[in-house]
Amino acid sequence: MSILIKNGRVIDPGGNIDAVLDILVEDGRISKVAKDITVPAKDMIDASGKIVMPGLVDMHVHLREPGREDKETVSSGSMAAIRGGVTSLLAMPNTTPAIDSAENIRLLKKIIQKTANCNVFIAGSITSGRNGCRLVDVVSLKKEGVLAITDDGSSVDSEEVMSEALKNANKEKLLVISHCEDRSLANGGVMNLGYISTQLGLRGISNGSEYKRVARDIELAQKTGAAIHIAHISCRESVELVAAAKKKGLHVSAEAAPHHFALCDEELMSYDTNLKMNPPLRSKDDVAAIRQGLTDGTIDAIASDHAPHTENEKEIEFDRAEFGVIGLETELAVSITELVDKGLLSWLELAKRLSFNPSRILGINKGTLSAGSDADIIIIDPSKEWKVAAEGLVSKSKNSAFLGRTLKGVVEYTICAGKVVYQQP
Amino acid sequence: MVNKNPAWTRKDLLGLQELTRDEIELLLKTAESFKEVISREVKKVPTLRGKTVVNLFYEPSTRTRVSFEVAAKRLSADVINIAIESSSVRKGETLIDTGKNIEALKVDIIVMRHNCSGAAVMLAKNLHASIINAGDGWHEHPTQALLDMFTLKEKLGVIEGLKVSIVGDIAHSRVARSNIWGLTKLGAHVTVCAPPMLIPTGIEKTGVSVTSSIDEALKDADAVNVLRMQFERDTENAFPKQLEYFKNFGITAERLKKAKKNILVMHPGPINRGVEVSSDVADGPNSVILEQVTNGIAVRMAALFLVSQANEHILKKNTGVKAKNEKVLVK
Amino acid sequence: MPMREKAHIMDKNSMQRTLARIAHEILEKNRGTEDLVIVGVRTRGAYLAERLAQTIEQIDGHKPPVGILDITLYRDDLSSIAQQPVVHKTEIDFDIQHKKVVLVDDVLYTGRTVRAALDEIIDFGRPQFIQLAVLIDRGHRELPIRADYVGKNIPTSPKETVEVRLEESEGRDEVVVLEQNGE
Repeated sequence: MSILIKNGRVIDPGGNIDAVLDILVEDGRISKVAKDITVPAKDMIDASGKIVMPGLVDMHVHLREPGREDKETVSSGSMAAIRGGVTSLLAMPNTTPAIDSAENIRLLKKIIQKTANCNVFIAGSITSGRNGCRLVDVVSLKKEGVLAITDDGSSVDSEEVMSEALKNANKEKLLVISHCEDRSLANGGVMNLGYISTQLGLRGISNGSEYKRVARDIELAQKTGAAIHIAHISCRESVELVAAAKKKGLHVSAEAAPHHFALCDEELMSYDTNLKMNPPLRSKDDVAAIRQGLTDGTIDAIASDHAPHTENEKEIEFDRAEFGVIGLETELAVSITELVDKGLLSWLELAKRLSFNPSRILGINKGTLSAGSDADIIIIDPSKEWKVAAEGLVSKSKNSAFLGRTLKGVVEYTICAGKVVYQQP
Repeated sequence: MVNKNPAWTRKDLLGLQELTRDEIELLLKTAESFKEVISREVKKVPTLRGKTVVNLFYEPSTRTRVSFEVAAKRLSADVINIAIESSSVRKGETLIDTGKNIEALKVDIIVMRHNCSGAAVMLAKNLHASIINAGDGWHEHPTQALLDMFTLKEKLGVIEGLKVSIVGDIAHSRVARSNIWGLTKLGAHVTVCAPPMLIPTGIEKTGVSVTSSIDEALKDADAVNVLRMQFERDTENAFPKQLEYFKNFGITAERLKKAKKNILVMHPGPINRGVEVSSDVADGPNSVILEQVTNGIAVRMAALFLVSQANEHILKKNTGVKAKNEKVLVK
Repeated sequence: MPMREKAHIMDKNSMQRTLARIAHEILEKNRGTEDLVIVGVRTRGAYLAERLAQTIEQIDGHKPPVGILDITLYRDDLSSIAQQPVVHKTEIDFDIQHKKVVLVDDVLYTGRTVRAALDEIIDFGRPQFIQLAVLIDRGHRELPIRADYVGKNIPTSPKETVEVRLEESEGRDEVVVLEQNGE
């Protein structure tokens, strides 16, 4: 089983390489990266004019299984992943049941083993049933192989509980991912608080509801010495807090979702519920801050926060519609369109945000193309444009924020563990 | 003869923010004709004979519903009232399904009141029937603002250059928003006056002045539109106590002494006497509150007439059917 | 559709003479101006109504009250006409009860406008009777309606259009027959 990828522009953030090279894949690993490899291979892919980079590592995905298989399953979600160039993902634990025990992890692992189309890693919850009160047994979770713990979807409101969680996780060298939201400040809001929410007559969510919790959790991380990763940051103040924490040398990392650097709250004037998510689309100024944070490295990773919801939960009144949008199939193209094409990130820097950095944060051996690493590779046509349409999406749910928009960059091949798992038809 | 007046081309009336000045003026002008109709002995015209209007109300409302019902009946339309308990909505069918079912009954116009902002916009996008927004959440209540503007124009001649103050819970008021859009488009100077926590973020960007001083709001104003304080909806505890509100923001005869002598006092109703306005003012010479109610009929007749007419043209164009008996009215 | 002027039917003088004759006929038939009111159909019928009332005043010394009808709301073809009409006010500032109403319009064609006007007048009260005065009758009736006073009968084909132009609206008094240009 071997694949030779010829003449592609190889982007390897692990080795800081951006050059036209050949890649030889053998037995699930990258065996050689060099110019003009002539070794005979079973399959040959001509990648001239194409970008060859590590498969995306998306550290924020809601696969909904077990419990809400009508929205998404491990199978359909990972299928969407490989269509979008994602070869590894971290499944969020807010399922039913929540991933809060060794037993539930084993249940999920069985499903993954049987049905996953790419590498699916597991995050456990911080508290039992994600109720914010009783801490899970991190030792057993770690033993079952979770890469991180998070109550994502909710924030841990109690400072004491969060502090204990960080201490316990630190002992196990386990990452804590924090969904930062102070619900008491979010005020039952459904979109960003500002002039747009005033015009639409919708209840607004202030930046404060996010960044005040970011500030608290960074402070707790500092006190406990634990590593913390701030999920889906969306506003200027959060970016500034993370930048300041990094300056102090704290173990703080952060991610941003494509919709938060591509879209602002002004898009909501039509009450499109496919633009309703939490945290919400923020102001233009916040979008600029997120872009700046991605450019200067304050924000380490791009993660989709893929959150599938059925039509029944979305095609209703804005106030009542569920929060969340899907993103696995569009995150790469949105990143190319909004960041590379606009000159904010080089390809190499983009590959760091999409693959290398999240791998390092999660402690997995992914996100690089150096010889010996796992052969998770994507080949993309960087200049081809496509229009996002519900019919073209393979995710079970179609609630994309980018429906109807034209994006640049098409995934032609997704290679996972040395096998072509997706090829553009 | 070519019609130089701008035509009404929208199948729906969802809010005043999306309308042009010309469209708002056409609505007001058309309403003038209907005001004449409703002052006749036979207050009914056959214009919408054979049309069906459904009043779909997800929020209890007597006055707006009755006003639309009277308006539709005076246009000879058939009217059906549907009241849906909002609390039961979650379990029941979706709004779009309800709308499609009503449309399947061959209904021409749906007048909808809903407690969620944007509900009318959503329904209009999904149906061929005309939608008239009779109030959606905190978003818009276009016919209320139109009747307020109609009353201003009737009483004061023009709207351009008028100073109009809106007092009350601006943050949660669709009446305030629609009035702000309409009045500013027609060139009035609008001031909103409320306790700071009831002034929504960025409202000054609409071009209004903002104050929390009632005396400042009344000073030099040609009209004051007093909003109903909805203490029953206070889920945020943002409302000051009723008495305190009256003390600081209530419109009283005492306060009016410092205002223009002929200042118009308006209120969308129903009034909380002694909360936002004192009884002597509500019943006094400056009050045009009951005239607003009468004008509401004329404005709603105009809205029903215009959307119905426009939608017939749209539907005909879409189906490609040119009426065989089409007659160009030249003689 | 391009239209070509086919025939010139009336000029300023002949229109004036015609209106004078109709005024005389109205006075004769109704024996003076007692209980007489003139109601014109917007837009040109209204101008003609005012002219007739003035002419009657010149002859008789009394000017009958003049009202204006806007029949838009009573039309049976609102949905099919190409141009959306703008609704204007109906202005009848007098009691119509027991009055002798002379309804005035410029051209009588299918009769549908008159039908709408009759319905509207009756909504204002119960007149003694309603008579109809038109400047031009071009035939092609679709309803059992006839005029009591006719300025001129003009046989036309349905492809033709009769256009009454008035000082008040077009800047000159004339009546022309227009014809569609040959395809």
